[in-house]
Amino acid sequence: MQRDAYLGISRLGISRLGISRRALVIASAASVAATAARIEAFGQSAAPAGSAPQAPSIAKVSFTVNGTARQLELDTRTTLLDALREHLHLPGTKKGCDQGQCGACTVIVGGRRVASCLTLAVMHEGHAITTIEGLGTPESLHPMQAAFVKHDGYQCGYCTPGQICAAVAVLDEIKAGVPSHVTADLTTQPTATAAELRERMSGNICRCGAYSNIVDAISEVAGRQA
Amino acid sequence: MKPFSYERAKSPAQAASSAARVSGAKFIAGGTNLLDLMKLQIETPSHLIDVNGLQLDKIEATPEGGLRIGALVRNTDLAADPRVRRDYGLLARALLAGASGQLRNQATTAGNLLQRTRCPYFYDTNQPCNKRQPGSGCAALGGFNRPHAILGASDACIATHPSDMAVAMRALDATVETINPDGAVRSIPIAQFHRLPGDTPHIETVLQPGELITAVTLPRPLGGTQVYRKVRDRASYAFALISVAAIVQRDGSGRVALGGVAHKPWRVEAAEALLPRGAKAATEQLVAGARPTPQNAFKLPLVERTLASVLAEAKG
Repeated sequence: MQRDAYLGISRLGISRLGISRRALVIASAASVAATAARIEAFGQSAAPAGSAPQAPSIAKVSFTVNGTARQLELDTRTTLLDALREHLHLPGTKKGCDQGQCGACTVIVGGRRVASCLTLAVMHEGHAITTIEGLGTPESLHPMQAAFVKHDGYQCGYCTPGQICAAVAVLDEIKAGVPSHVTADLTTQPTATAAELRERMSGNICRCGAYSNIVDAISEVAGRQA
Repeated sequence: MKPFSYERAKSPAQAASSAARVSGAKFIAGGTNLLDLMKLQIETPSHLIDVNGLQLDKIEATPEGGLRIGALVRNTDLAADPRVRRDYGLLARALLAGASGQLRNQATTAGNLLQRTRCPYFYDTNQPCNKRQPGSGCAALGGFNRPHAILGASDACIATHPSDMAVAMRALDATVETINPDGAVRSIPIAQFHRLPGDTPHIETVLQPGELITAVTLPRPLGGTQVYRKVRDRASYAFALISVAAIVQRDGSGRVALGGVAHKPWRVEAAEALLPRGAKAATEQLVAGARPTPQNAFKLPLVERTLASVLAEAKG
């Protein structure tokens, strides 16, 4: 059935149907969700009697995103990542592994970089969240964004918003004196050496392998800040 | 993820009593491990009690000359605290060897102690696992078990505890402070906090239902040279194959605890008396009774060589 629908759209052409690519993606996601719901229902029917499935729970949360106050009513299961992308329509933050290993979802909460996939939106009442959209604009890039462009710190670009958010926070961490695994002396102020940057950025994976250019970009910003 | 209701706890006592009252409740702090497991439906709490607002995020000096670390102190903040860096370098080093910057910013002191094994069969819900589903068997015994335990394991479970921080806490003889649903508080020596798997590997600590960790206290500083050496498959952001936490004094005496070898941080006080005689003698006692698999027998010489390297570094 899905195949027929797909062929139908192909034959007619998306433009002739008068729907945008994004609307199509959303429609596809809805059909996946419907399928998932059926599987869920099937699983529940096999469950022993008396263990009625719990209904989704809705909770309110208020926080600021890129300086704008936001109020949401969310299924409690919504991660901060999904709240940003799906509810606030800020798709700059990317979903990579969705299990905290790749760093594509890195955003800055209260000045600190976090994996937005491994935290619930409702846990951020009153917090100030910065995403890649809040760092700079195409007309006025954040220095770290400009340095990534200048040094070719990406190829496909999927990991880049997370890399840049992490990099901005990493330089703040170094400035604040937070040590790392490669800091030789725990009691001295760390500096933004290449070894320090590589270690501190290890939570951000780049499948294209732009690592050396990423280190160059961050080093330049660190030098400029020093 | 299964649906769950959510509350923000107002006080430690209220959080604990709430946890005891609502069946299927769990505390959430950093969430870096719990949410990962919830997405895989390995953890399926029906109610989450968010303890992040409990203000258990201070590090304070104790009258005994040690430190009292609030349960919610983030791993980054603990590793960066000037007192920890100066007096408990072992702990700072262990924390910095774990996870990534993003995760250390979220992960808490109590949550780090309670994180669950990264055994791939625990994570794969298509496989038997006595820890995930008691009585279903252990797929690791006859499967891929290179990273698994060589000490204190059982026929039911050969998983390791993944924490670096806990290994340092064990060497430092930390104490875990808790509050129970009835409001009673207790102090649990870290040595008794984690359990060996036995035939109940799903029960990992001595915490009672609803019991909430409020702090971890460190005794007064021990001085000496403090080294945390983690051996892993890549240089950053990987779990330990083995790790050695050591505090070595000028006269060659000291303490040593191992990570990556058992269901809990591994320390044998009798082995420490042999430290002045070198790594070989101490390791023999430290790993006495080891039952490695053919895939992880390499951990035995690795412990000895790593300890030798650590002792050499401590001598300077």
